[in-house]
Amino acid sequence: MRGARIAFGDRVVASDLALEFPAGRTTCLLGRSGVGKTSLLRWLAGLLPGTERAAPLAYMAQRDLLLPWLDILGNVLFGYRLRGDAAALRAAEPRARALLSEVGLGDRLGDRPEALSAGMRQRVALARTLCEDRPVVLMDEPFAHLDAVTRLELQDLAARLLQGRTVVLVTHDPLEALRLGHQVRVLAGMPFTVSSPLEPPGPVPRDTSDPVLLGLQGRLIGQLRSGA
Amino acid sequence: MRPLITAAGLLLAWEALVRVTGVPVYILPPPSRVGVVLVERFDLLMEQAVWTATEMVLGLILGLTLGAALAVVFAASAGWRRWALPLVIVSQAIPVIAIAPLLVLWLGYGMASKVAMAALVIFFPVVSTLYDGLRRTDPGWLDLARTMDAGSRAVLLQIRLPAALPAFASGARIAAAVAPIGAVIGEWVGASAGLGYLMTQSLARGQTPLAFAALFLLCLLGLALYHATDWAARRLVPWQSPQGE
Repeated sequence: MRGARIAFGDRVVASDLALEFPAGRTTCLLGRSGVGKTSLLRWLAGLLPGTERAAPLAYMAQRDLLLPWLDILGNVLFGYRLRGDAAALRAAEPRARALLSEVGLGDRLGDRPEALSAGMRQRVALARTLCEDRPVVLMDEPFAHLDAVTRLELQDLAARLLQGRTVVLVTHDPLEALRLGHQVRVLAGMPFTVSSPLEPPGPVPRDTSDPVLLGLQGRLIGQLRSGA
Repeated sequence: MRPLITAAGLLLAWEALVRVTGVPVYILPPPSRVGVVLVERFDLLMEQAVWTATEMVLGLILGLTLGAALAVVFAASAGWRRWALPLVIVSQAIPVIAIAPLLVLWLGYGMASKVAMAALVIFFPVVSTLYDGLRRTDPGWLDLARTMDAGSRAVLLQIRLPAALPAFASGARIAAAVAPIGAVIGEWVGASAGLGYLMTQSLARGQTPLAFAALFLLCLLGLALYHATDWAARRLVPWQSPQGE
């Protein structure tokens, strides 16, 4: 991605960005609230006016965005339903079922979203994102609304299921970034700039009680502070 | 249970008022007298009630269908929105009562003019609530649909329309509440049957108790229509079942 410029009216959020996201790995973009993380992600997704997205991708937002009138299986297959390709829909159904059992909801296929807890709903959203089967996955603070334990479980699940895909995950939580990112980059400033990539040691998901990670967390928080 | 007790109390007070003051029956008949007429003229009253109920239901169906269709057209096409939407809004400035005689003139004394009247009254709340609902789709869903490469038709049919159903349901409830107004006004202006017609006829002949009996049945019809619509509207949006109610 090159030469990105994001502005709303006179407010320039970022200009002349050049970022590379390593294929098949997870890049975490870390920044404080309001720095423009979501705008960057939406820019990548081609959701901002006048932008085109670079590659076919799947998008997972902060909210689960499940449709209340569809059951769980219908929600996971929603992309296929929208595209209206009956053959692809049929072909994707076994995968949707498999993904739902992977996220632990294999016995809730016929339930409506309203019957699920927030954590379960976000797991359905994760299954929907993966069911799209796109090489690139963009995630906008997908675990921000969950309680600590549920968040941890979902991070593990996501790290396992997202293996091999190019993932850009936006978060304001340094520990989440360190836990999930092969690379962590800090967004700071106004308009924001992106730090050079930090590559924490070890495979993801990492254990956040590791003293090395805790040391890195201190460094990241320092970077977030100085940028503001 | 409580509303019934309140109603019974009011009826008793009414009965007492008539007996104490000695108002003539053709001015204000006591409820007991209205009850007697209800039983004695049951066949006539039912016949007229069925007629009026048919007008209301047909008007409701016609108004809901036309209103929903127009709202979808407005949501789907900017051209229609620009050319026809202002007209629909302006049309509401015309008092329906004022065009009732015209409808009777054009469509006759039969059922058609009353159905048209009811549909006309219903039409606007349906268009405006459904169109509003179609415009207020959660932007998150629309973003999601864009990343999923959805066409605008699929977005309308699979996201915007189902998402607007709760709005349509409230429009339908309003429509059911006002449908009797359209039908009865039509009957007052010119008709050969129906409860509204029966009311004007019996009042002109000093048969006030019969007019009250017809009025009572009109209330029942209105209530039944509203509750039937409310029931159907709930079935339409099962995911909105209010919890703890």
